[in-house]
This record gives sequence, structure tokens and C-alpha cells, in this order.
Amino acid sequence: MTRATEISPRDELADVRPEQWRALYRQMLTIRRFEEQVNELYTSARMPGLAHLYIGEEAVAVGVCAALRRDDYITSTHRGHGHCLAKGASVERMFAELLGKAAGYCRGKGGSMHIADPDVANLGANAIVGGSAGIAAGAALSAKMRGTDQVAVCFFGEGALGQGLLYEAMNMAALWRLPVIYVCENNLYNEYTPASETTAGSMTARPAAFGIPCTEVDGQDVRAVLRAARAAVARARAGEGPSFLLCHTYRYRGHHVGDVNRAYRTREEEEWWMTERDPLALLARWMAEHGIADAALLAQLDAEVREEIARGLAFALDGPYPDPSEVAQHVYA
Amino acid sequence: MSMPSTQVQPAAAPQVRELTFAQAVREALAEEMRRDPRVFIIGEDVAEAGHPFKVLTGLVEEFGRDRVIDTPISEAGFTGIAIGAAMTGMRPVVDIMFGDFITLAMDQIVNQAAKVHYMSGGKLKVPLVVRTTLGATRRSAAQHSQSLHAWLSHVPGLKVALPATPYDAKGLLKAAIRDDNPVIVFEDKMTYQLKGPVPEGDYVVPLGVADVKRVGRDVTVVATSSMVHVALAAAELLARDGIEAEVVDPRTTVPLDVDTLVASARKTGRVIVVDEGYEKYGVTGELASVIAEGAFYDLDAPVRRLGAMHVPVPFSPVLEDLTVPTAERVAAVARELCGKR
Repeated sequence: MTRATEISPRDELADVRPEQWRALYRQMLTIRRFEEQVNELYTSARMPGLAHLYIGEEAVAVGVCAALRRDDYITSTHRGHGHCLAKGASVERMFAELLGKAAGYCRGKGGSMHIADPDVANLGANAIVGGSAGIAAGAALSAKMRGTDQVAVCFFGEGALGQGLLYEAMNMAALWRLPVIYVCENNLYNEYTPASETTAGSMTARPAAFGIPCTEVDGQDVRAVLRAARAAVARARAGEGPSFLLCHTYRYRGHHVGDVNRAYRTREEEEWWMTERDPLALLARWMAEHGIADAALLAQLDAEVREEIARGLAFALDGPYPDPSEVAQHVYA
Repeated sequence: MSMPSTQVQPAAAPQVRELTFAQAVREALAEEMRRDPRVFIIGEDVAEAGHPFKVLTGLVEEFGRDRVIDTPISEAGFTGIAIGAAMTGMRPVVDIMFGDFITLAMDQIVNQAAKVHYMSGGKLKVPLVVRTTLGATRRSAAQHSQSLHAWLSHVPGLKVALPATPYDAKGLLKAAIRDDNPVIVFEDKMTYQLKGPVPEGDYVVPLGVADVKRVGRDVTVVATSSMVHVALAAAELLARDGIEAEVVDPRTTVPLDVDTLVASARKTGRVIVVDEGYEKYGVTGELASVIAEGAFYDLDAPVRRLGAMHVPVPFSPVLEDLTVPTAERVAAVARELCGKR
């Protein structure tokens, strides 16, 4: 087990160019602004259903997906907007799906919790906690059987540590040395319950029991996430088997938009994470220190992202709903 | 027997042999695996062990452990892995040793496999086959004897096949493997040694096409899987009384060949539906109502149902045999319907 938070003397990230760091920042910012807009849509009763916001956890999705190729698979969760955007989804078709419009990624049939985008090998978000643990391993098995060097990333929250399926799948992934990376986003809360009340023993001992290397990562530091993800991806591509990244992060908002009281945690705790451990602020500071981006550039990026969000939202709001005849389409292939 | 044959087979006619149900299943798997390198088998004790019912004997020798994959005892896990493989270009055949164990994989089948195509707006497909068993009277008690095909038939997105004969076992399994949807194939564990004619080589029994297993004019017995043989035995009993029973096997509950069932009902005017699943809230109820809706004005009597008794399957043979429909009971109900008690 390693703690991949410090920059080592020979930094594995030395090859990442300034414009790539700026792109990672922009991607995190896009997720942040997207989710803020989702919150606004939801609270103004313009969006049906449920919305589980990814705000605060952006560095995990962006850092991991930056280590992937377009044809590498991901599976996502009910809190999946960030994963989908980071893997390459467009803001406009994401909004369209969230609003149940025909132009959405799933023609409005999936909604917030089920966005799939096979064009970028996104096998779909999953509203069953831990429900994609097997699917990701299966995609990895498939890649191996088909003789490609694709890898599969399974994103899940620490709440999924309560699901037996995860352990069944990890066991087989280890036995068969499957190119799968289990990315645990430990945001400290299983929905409305502190993870400390639901998790006996050690989180890292779980993958260790299967002989799966586990790396604890500062999930608020996109550089740390990228570094750990690159190592796990390289290992998987080399046929050396699965890895487990335990990313410590924080869910700024409630379990979903309607979770406003959050009696299970303190406002002080939330304030600390937002002021001290914000992934955007941390990367911005590092980029400033290294002359990669100054305040003016960041302001410009923010203006661009806001414009992109506004354009995407307008596209979705203006778009048509699916035709009623589509209700019985796609039940069977 | 290896006598030199003097007969010349016409090239066009495939040879028809007597195979057991288990041999027919194995032949379907072997032929499909030879035809399509994407097809593989995954489950418990499927490789060298060849499955406890010896259905898969010899497959690992031909196809190797990379395509006949022994798993830990993790039904949900390996079903989920198969779903992920199916979504990404493979065509897995999952083996769930006993139908009762499919409950362990229900989230993966019901919430994942059945819904992926729809939830993705048609972009993802799950060409998955799950083979499992049904059927009581093997003295295996309540957790190895259930017939749970109604559960799977209830969920949109799944197809459900119920082969009753070696011929149908081979043809339906081939159709299932070539289908782009998740198909659950329930095999009656009591019929694995049943013999019947099976053509050599390739043929497919399409999903959604019923088969009239015996023609008759007085009463229709719609029967599935294990109950086809019960219905055929009942028809023999009835023939002695001058009652000609027609036995119709839907072969798949999803999709359901409503037209063939209704046509037979309209012809005979009297219908019994027999299925080994629990009678309450089960396949018999659905088939009976479909027939009643489609043939109401041609029916001489209400559609009758016979299914498994609403009890966990007991161990003691004396008790267990009371829980499933028998040829005698089917015949008795048929006589009632025909006014000949």
C-alpha cells in the first residue's frame, strides 16, 4: 500500500504538458458548473427524477479518465455525471438526457442515473449500488478474450463496500488477472450514514485479501489521482491484473439534491473540505505556482465553461421529447 | 454397433440419431462454439467436472479452459461478469447449476441484463444465455427443486425458453445463443436422460414458435417443459376413453406464440394449462388468461390450470409427489371438461 500524494523526485507526471493540466482543470470545472446547473434545474422544478451531484469529487473522475484511452471501458454509478463527462460525454446531450429529451444519450429512457455512451466505451451508470462490479470485470474479461489491451474501470462509492457482488467480482478479477481497476470514491457517507458506522475493519484490507494491490489516493488532488491511475492502467494493460484505488474525497452536497438538512454531518466539516481541500482550488494553486495558469486565465476558462453550459442547457430545453411511440422500442434488440 | 453400412445417405438429408436431452444440449453448445469464437461457457463445475448432471462432459477437452470457465461459487458475480462480456462483444452462456440458485443472480439478470438495452436507448446489447434447471421429484428438497421460470418471464427484456425434448433442447439453445437479447433457458433436470430424435448438424428452433406435440380434437392441453411429458401420458390415458387430447407446447413463454395456443383452443373448445411452476401467480395463470381472451367465444368451459402446489417442495417422496401435476390428474380434469368423469 502506498500513499501517492507527494511529488516524487522523478515525477511520473513530468510528461504532462501545461495545456494538458489546463484541460484537466477545465474538465473539472465543467463538471462543477454542470452540476451547479443541475441543482438549479432541479430546485426550480424543471428537471424530473433524482439528481445525485458529484460536486467536490471532480478530481477522481477527471484524474482516472485522463489515464484512459477512448476505447477503455468505464462503468459508473448513480452519482455518475462526472464520470460520463470526464470520459467524453457532451454537456448538451447530458442535459438532454437529464431532462428526458430525445437527443439525450439514452433517448430519454435512462435519465440521470443510467447514462451510457458506447462511443467512448462508457458502459453506463448504474443505480444499483455496486451493481456494475461484475460488468466491469466482464468487460475486462472480454478485452482479454478478444486479445485487445483495453482496460476497464469500475467507479463506485464506499457504500458499495457493503455489497457482496463487489467481493465476488474482485475475487474472480484477481484469480483471472483481469485488466480491471476498481476505483472506490470514499466520500465518507453511504447515502445518509457515515461510512464509519457501516464499515468494519479496514477498507484497504478488502482488496488486499484478494491479493489486489491497493493504493490510497488523495482524491482531491487530481495529480495524485492521475499518477495512481496511470500506474494501475499500466499494470492492467501489461496483463498483471486488477488494482484498487481508494480515493479519499468528499461529497459537498447531500446524497441527492433533496437531502438539504444533512443531519448526519456538521456544517463545519463541510466548510473545511470546501475551503481546504477543494480539487479545483488545489490544482489552480499548483498551476499558479508553476506558471501554468494565472488568475486571468482561470477567469477566462470559467467564462468559456459557463458559456458551454448555457449553450448545452438551451439545446436540451429547446429539444423535443421522445415520441410516445418510442415507449415500447428497445425492450428487445 | 459398427457394422459396415451398405446404405447410401442422400447428401441433403441430415442423419437423425437418438440422443439424450443432455447430449442434445452438449451438441448445441459444441456446434455454436465451433461456429462462433465469441461463444463461451462460464459457471460452477463446468470444465473437467462437466457439470454435476454431466451435461457438459467433453467440452473443456475440445475448447479449453479459456472458453469453458470454472468459477467460484458466486452466481451474482459470474453472471455479472458474463453480462459485461456480452455488452462488449462476447456471447457468454452462463450455467446456473440449479434453478433455485438463479435467485442469487436476480439483480444482475433483472436490473442489469434485462434493462441495459432499453436504458441505453438501444445502444448497448446483452447477447447472453443463462442455462439453468427446473423440476421437482428428484428428492432434492426445497432449495434444489423449484421451477422459477415465471419470475423471469415476468420481466421485460428477458426471453425464456423451456425445451421439453432433445430436439427442442438443441434447436432452442442454438436460437438463444444467436439471439441478441438475454435468454434464460430452463432445462428439466429429470429429462436429461430422456432420449429422442435429434438431427445431426445445424438447425434452429425459433424462439416464439409453439409446437403441437400431439394432435387431437376434444381438449387442448397446453403444457411446458417437464409437463409436456405428463400431458402426453395423459393423452394416452384419455385415448383409451375415446377422448382425443391435443398437446401444445409453447416452447418459450417469452416471446409467447399466442396464435397457436388460441387456434388450438378455438378448435377443441376446452383447455387445460399445465406447468411445473407454482400455480399461484404463475405461468398457468398468464397462459389461461391469454387463451380466454383470444378464444372466449369458442370455449365450452372455463380454462383449467394445473401447477405446482403452493408449498415449498418437501423432501419425503411421499409428500413431494403430491406437489406436482401428474398424468392421472391431467386426465381427470380433461374428463371433467369433456363431461366424462
